[in-house]
Amino acid sequence: MSRSTFSALVIQVGFLAILGGAWYWSTATGSVSKLFLPEPAAVWLAFSRLVVTGQFWSAVRVTLTTIAQAYAIALIVGIAAGYLVSRSRFLIDVLEPFIAGLFTIPITLFFPMFILFFGIGTGSKVAYGASYAFFPIALNAIAAFANVETHFLRAARAMGASRWGTFRHVLVPSALPVLLNGMRIGFFICFASVLGGETLSSIAGVGRNIAQAAELMDSARMYAWIAFVVLTAITLNLLIGGLERRASVRGGGAW
Amino acid sequence: MDSKVQSFPTHDIAGRPLAISIRNVSQCYGQAGSAQAVVALDNVSLDIGRGEFVCLLGPSGCGKSTLLNIVGGLVAPSAGDVTVDGRSVRGEPLPRQVAFVFQESTLFPWYTILENFRIALKFQDIARSEWDSRALAALDAVGMAGFARHYPTQLSVGMRQRVNMARSICVGTDILLMDEPFAALDEQTRMVLGEDLSILLAKTGKTIVFVTHSLAEAVFLSDRIAVMTARPGRIKTIVEVNEAHPRSPDFMLEPRFSDLRNELYALLRNEIRQAVAAQRDPETGGEVSS
Repeated sequence: MSRSTFSALVIQVGFLAILGGAWYWSTATGSVSKLFLPEPAAVWLAFSRLVVTGQFWSAVRVTLTTIAQAYAIALIVGIAAGYLVSRSRFLIDVLEPFIAGLFTIPITLFFPMFILFFGIGTGSKVAYGASYAFFPIALNAIAAFANVETHFLRAARAMGASRWGTFRHVLVPSALPVLLNGMRIGFFICFASVLGGETLSSIAGVGRNIAQAAELMDSARMYAWIAFVVLTAITLNLLIGGLERRASVRGGGAW
Repeated sequence: MDSKVQSFPTHDIAGRPLAISIRNVSQCYGQAGSAQAVVALDNVSLDIGRGEFVCLLGPSGCGKSTLLNIVGGLVAPSAGDVTVDGRSVRGEPLPRQVAFVFQESTLFPWYTILENFRIALKFQDIARSEWDSRALAALDAVGMAGFARHYPTQLSVGMRQRVNMARSICVGTDILLMDEPFAALDEQTRMVLGEDLSILLAKTGKTIVFVTHSLAEAVFLSDRIAVMTARPGRIKTIVEVNEAHPRSPDFMLEPRFSDLRNELYALLRNEIRQAVAAQRDPETGGEVSS
């Protein structure tokens, strides 16, 4: 470990320790209402009670399935649309600003419409998460496939590469780093949208349970759920970061 | 051989077999007759025999790279015909007959050197069992066998160009088209690579068309040098270099070498002035091009 990465780690750990200490201190001295911020021990107790219930795991299963479905749709539609648009300079000029423009509109404003069209069940959350995640994935796919170096394409053509060979060995590996970046952004937008959607209006899932705990003013329980979401997000971030590093080192694959 | 193939020239007037025949090729960009139209090549004809090393030499923007791309089928000519091994080429590459080396490295950075060779051989439909032996033999021939597992970005520019050369030789085509392959290298590396190329090619007997704007490179490597005019590109004259391959660096010290070099410079001087003037003033018909 180099000196700079070591000091970065020390600062990161120190920051977390200060945050935890502030939490502990502010609740221990009673300077913050327990209703707004329960003490760490109470949250830990609520968390350990929560994870042994069947209700916890069924909520987690509902949320994860919803995220997986929404993300799968966003990936397939986003990459396919991005690839097709990238094939023509004219289509890029017409559609790319359009997609980028739509992405700046908060789709949250249309959430009631999603409920109206897809119901209060998981369907509306799948559609909402997929719609939001579509944009960064499609935009990055356009950039990734449109910016393949022309001299690589020319070389492949001169070597007699088939269309599939060019796609498989030139376009995809060249596009991969930018494509993966879009996929990562898309995933976290999808994750946030599904949980947000569940919190706003739903009948099941992690977000619904957070909203319910808040309505019942059971703040220890609410923070326990939130802590679970934070831990999940951190784990997924590390996992995806690792995958991305591996892919950028080696863009190839099986022959 | 069917009748269609026979209708194209396969031998020159003296009866020697032809590798490449360029007949009245013109290339015009933009609407013909309009103010923006640029005539890159104007009625170029050239026959290249089997095993010959021909340089296309000319000022920047004279269309020499365009001519090479037309011969290789990467660009379709506006007018005229090109035949390679008696087969007509019109904007469709012939990967079995023709391999390219470009000015910039075209090694795919996402594959190792060995994988780059495999992919080139795969694109050429060469049996998988031959991939590694051919790749390693070609790398060995350019002294790069120790770098098979490296990625292109781990090599210097000169080493990369060496590997590009080896890859194009290893696919086993009879014809090699080289578009300023050493232009991005420093002069010393360029001289060493030129010598190596001369030795390598003497063994393979390939037909080479080599685009350059270096006078010394042209004299050192070529059997014949086609000197081109400033835009619109025409072949001004052909200069022959009678010296057997492989050529030793001592050739560069002979008076004959500097005589040829001076002759080429005399032929090119006005063309270069014209090309530079055209770049300064696009109204006179020139435009900056690489």
